[in-house]
Amino acid sequence: MKSLTIALLLLVLSLVIGDAAFAQMKLNGAGATFPYVIYSKWFDVYSKKSGVEFNYQSIGSGGGIKQVTEGTVDFGASDGPMSDAQLQEAKGKQGTDVLHIPTVMGADVVAYNLPAAGKDLRLTPDVLAGIFLGQITNWNDSKIAAINPGKNLPDESIIVAHRSDGSGTTYIFTDYLNKVSKTWAANVGKGTSVNWPAGLGGKGNEGVAGIVKQSDGAIGYVELAYAVKNDLPYALVQNKEGAFVQATFESVSAAAAGASKNMPEDLRVSITDPGGKDSYPISGFTWLLIYQNMKDKSKAQEIVKFLKWAMADGQSYTKDLYYAPLPEPVVKLCLKKIDTISTN
Amino acid sequence: MKQGFSTYHYWRKSKSAFTTFLCFLSALIAIVPLFLIFFYSLSQGIGALNLDFFIKMPKPVGESGGGMANAIVGTAILIGLGTIFGLPISLFTGIYLAEHKHSAFASVVRFLTDVLSGIPSIVVGVVAYIIVVLPMKHFSALAGGVALGILMIPTATRTTEEMLLLVPQSIREAGLALGIARWKVTLRVILPTALRGITTGILLALARAAGETAPLLFTALGNRFWSTEIGQPIASLSVFIYDYAKAPFSDWNRQAWAAAFVLIFFITILNVIFRFVTRGRYAGNGH
Amino acid sequence: MAETSSSIALPVGHQPSGGAEKAPPPAVLAEGKKGKSVNLGDLIFQGSTTFFAFLVFALVFLMAYEMFHGSTLSIEKFGWSFLWREIWDPVQDEYGALVFIFGTLVSSVLALLLALPLSIGVAVFLSELAPRWLEKPVSFLIELLAAIPSIVYGLWGIFVLVPWLRTSVEPILSKNLKFLPLFRGAPYGFGMLAAGIILAIMVLPIITSISRDVLKAIPTAQREAALALGATRWETTRIVLSDARSGMLGATLLGLGRAIGETMAVTMVIGNRPEISASLLAPGYTMASVIANEFTEATSDMYISSLIEIALILFAMTVLLNAAARLIVWGVTKKFKNE
Repeated sequence: MKSLTIALLLLVLSLVIGDAAFAQMKLNGAGATFPYVIYSKWFDVYSKKSGVEFNYQSIGSGGGIKQVTEGTVDFGASDGPMSDAQLQEAKGKQGTDVLHIPTVMGADVVAYNLPAAGKDLRLTPDVLAGIFLGQITNWNDSKIAAINPGKNLPDESIIVAHRSDGSGTTYIFTDYLNKVSKTWAANVGKGTSVNWPAGLGGKGNEGVAGIVKQSDGAIGYVELAYAVKNDLPYALVQNKEGAFVQATFESVSAAAAGASKNMPEDLRVSITDPGGKDSYPISGFTWLLIYQNMKDKSKAQEIVKFLKWAMADGQSYTKDLYYAPLPEPVVKLCLKKIDTISTN
Repeated sequence: MKQGFSTYHYWRKSKSAFTTFLCFLSALIAIVPLFLIFFYSLSQGIGALNLDFFIKMPKPVGESGGGMANAIVGTAILIGLGTIFGLPISLFTGIYLAEHKHSAFASVVRFLTDVLSGIPSIVVGVVAYIIVVLPMKHFSALAGGVALGILMIPTATRTTEEMLLLVPQSIREAGLALGIARWKVTLRVILPTALRGITTGILLALARAAGETAPLLFTALGNRFWSTEIGQPIASLSVFIYDYAKAPFSDWNRQAWAAAFVLIFFITILNVIFRFVTRGRYAGNGH
Repeated sequence: MAETSSSIALPVGHQPSGGAEKAPPPAVLAEGKKGKSVNLGDLIFQGSTTFFAFLVFALVFLMAYEMFHGSTLSIEKFGWSFLWREIWDPVQDEYGALVFIFGTLVSSVLALLLALPLSIGVAVFLSELAPRWLEKPVSFLIELLAAIPSIVYGLWGIFVLVPWLRTSVEPILSKNLKFLPLFRGAPYGFGMLAAGIILAIMVLPIITSISRDVLKAIPTAQREAALALGATRWETTRIVLSDARSGMLGATLLGLGRAIGETMAVTMVIGNRPEISASLLAPGYTMASVIANEFTEATSDMYISSLIEIALILFAMTVLLNAAARLIVWGVTKKFKNE
C-alpha cells in the first residue's frame, strides 16, 4: 500500500513538473455557448497549427462578461454586448478598455419537438411571443393553426424551454421579442437573463437543446448549429416584410447587410428584426471580449495572431458549421480594431 | 376444554408476519435503485468504454469520438491536491481526538468536524472561490484542490480517530512501560498499527472527493486540453459528466455514462477494500 | 501539555532494565504537576496536534466569516426581507431568497416523506429481523448507495427517471388527480416530483444506517423482556422503536440536512424555474441549484452578493440541522451505552 501511494504521488509530481517544463503558451477564455461549436473547432485547428492552446469554457455569455470583468480569464466571449455600465466596471477593475471583436454571425432558431407536425412549422412574431409569454399553452391552439394550414397539430401541452444561465443567445432572442411584441417589452424586457414567464430552464445552448430533444411537445430557442447537429426541426419565422424565412447562412448574411454599412465605432450592434425580405429576423453577431491593454504582452501577441487568423482562414469554417461569415466591410473594421490592441 | 389460542392471538401473529414482510419488502425496494443505476450505467457505458476513452482527448463540439484522457488525469491531480491540503489536518486532528478522548475542547472539535461534514459541497466551492480564485485572479486546479481538501477533512478525521481508538490500550501501555516517549509511542507504535485502516479510510474519502462536481464548477472550471499545471483550470471526470449529460449530442451522452461507470467502479472497489480491511478490526465492537 | 490519560508516571531518570546502557533517558525539561515528566518531543507533538485540531475549529468560522463578508452588499440593501422576497430579477438587480427556500424545503420534505417509511422498514429489517448472513451484504449495498456521486444520480435522473415520469407517471397523475392542486400542470417530467424522488433515494442510506445503529444500541434486555412477556416480533419491535425515537429523529434531521444541500442531482432534474407553485409537477429551483447555475456569471456585484447570501443561508440551515441532529444522536447512543 505504502509503495503504491509513493508511486502514485511520484507520477502526479512528474506530470506536473513535466508539463511545466514543456510549457506551451496557454490562454484561458470563457463565455458564450452560442459560438461554442465553431470556437471549439477553431481552437482545435489553431492549436494543431500553431501550438498555442486556447482553452475555452462555454459557461454562457453572462459568465464571459463576468470573468472578463474580474480578470480571471485572458479573454471572454458574448453574444449579448456589454452595456456601457458593464464596460465602465470592467475598465475600473482591470485598468483597460474591453474591446468587442465580432467573429461570426449566427441565428437563434426556434427548435421544437412535435413529430406529428413534421418540419417547417411557421411562426409569426405574435404567436412566438404568445408561446413564450405562457399565453398560448397548447399546440392545437387556433392561433398556431391559423398560420399553419394543413399541419397536424396535436392536443399536447407546449413545454417551453429557455436558458437558466446568463446568455447572449437569450439576449438576441429577447432583443427580437422586445422589438416585435409590446406585451413582451412591457412585461419581460431584454437581457442576458430575464424573468421568464413560463417554461423550464436549461444550462447553456446544450441544456436547452437537450430539453427540447428529450421532451415531447417542447419548444426552445437555440443557436442554429445546435439544432442541426441534433436533428431538431426548427420553425420558419415571419420577418418584418411578412415573409416566412428559414435560418440559413444566406438569410443571416442578408440580416446583417444593412448593419454592416453602418457599424458603430465600438462594433456593438443588434441585427434583429431588420428590413429586407430575405432576412432571418433573429440573427446576431457574436463577439470576443478582448482587453485592449493586457499586462502580459506575449499573450496579447498570441491573441492578436489568433484574431487575424479568425478573420481570414477562420471564416472558411463557418458554413459547414451553420454559422455565417462576417461581411467584408465588417472584417475590415475588425482588423482596424485589432490593430489597436497593444502588443508591446 | 381444548387448550387453544384466541382469535386475537392469531390477529397479533399475522400482524407481526405482515409487518415483517413489509420490512423485508422495504429492504428490497431500497436496493432496487442501486442496481438500476449500477447496471444502467454499465449497459450504457460499456459501449463507450474503449481504449480511446482512456487515452484520447475530447473532440470539438458535435464531432463524435475522442475520449476523456485529460479528465481522468485531472481528477487524479485534483484529489492529489485535496489530499495534500486535507491529509495533514485530518491525520493530526484525528490523532488529537484519539489522544484526548475526554477533553472538552476535543468534544467541541469532534462536534465541529461532524458539522463540517454536513456543509453542502457547493458552499465549500463558494468559499474556495472567494479565498483562492479571486485573489489569484485565476481559475485553477489549486482552488479545486482546496475545495476538495476541505470536503475530505471530516471523513478522514473521523476514520483516523476511530482506527486509532481501536488499537488496544495494552499496546500503548507496553510502549510507555518500555520508557518510550509518549509522542513516539503514538507515532511509531500506535499509528503504524492502525495505518491500514486509516489508509483505506482516506482512500474512501478520496473516492468521494473524486465524484464531487459542484465545488469544481467555479474553482477548477474545466479544460478541453491536456493540462496538469496546478495554476491553470483543469478538466475532471465529474464536470465532464455534467457537461456531456445535459448536451443533446448522443455521443457525448454515451461518454458521460462511460465516465459515470468508471467513477462508480472506482468507488465500489474502494468500499469493498475498506470493508475487507476493517472487518477483523471491528470484531467485538458490536457492529 | 502534561495532561495524560495514562496512569503510568515515569520517574525522572528512569533507565530501561537489562543493565546495558541503552538510549539515554528522554530529556527532561521540567517536572510537571504530580511528578510527571515533560519532554520536548511530547510538547511539540501535542502542540502540533492541538494546532491542527484548532485549525478545524477555525475553518468552520472562517467559512462563515467569508460568506458574511461576501454578502454585505445584499444584506445591507435587503436586510431580513431577503428571506421572504419572492422576486429574482437580474435585469432589475432585485433579489430575494423565498423561491429558493421554498424549493429547497419542498423537495427535501417530499424526499423525507418518501424515504422515511422505507428507511425505518429497512433499519428494522437489518437490526431486528435479518439473519447475520443477510444483514451484512444488505448493509453494505445500502452504504454503496450513499457512495454514488450526486452527478451520477443526476445522469440517471435525466435519462431514466425524468422520461419515465413524463411518459408514464405524470400524465396519469395530472389527468386523474387534476382536482388536487398538487398534481396540476403539464407533464414536464422535470420538476419537484423528480427532485423529490431522487433526493429520497439519496437520503435513504443515511437515515437507514444511523437508525440501524441506534436500534442496535438498544440493549437486548429490552427485547428479551418483551418476548418473555409473550409479545410477538412486531410488538417487540414497536417497543424498541419507541425507545429509539429520539435517535431516529436525529437520523431524520441528518437526512434532511443532506437533502437540503444536494446540488447536482437536483439541478439536473428540477427544471430551474424560480417560481413558487403548489403543484408537484411544476418545475422549481433550490438554493443549491441557483448557486450552481448562476454563480460564474453573476454580472453585477449585487447579484453575486445575493448568491453568496443564499450560500450563507444554506450554510446556516445545514449547520443548525446537523448540530441538532448530532446532539440528539449522541445523546441517545450515550444513554444506552452507559446503561
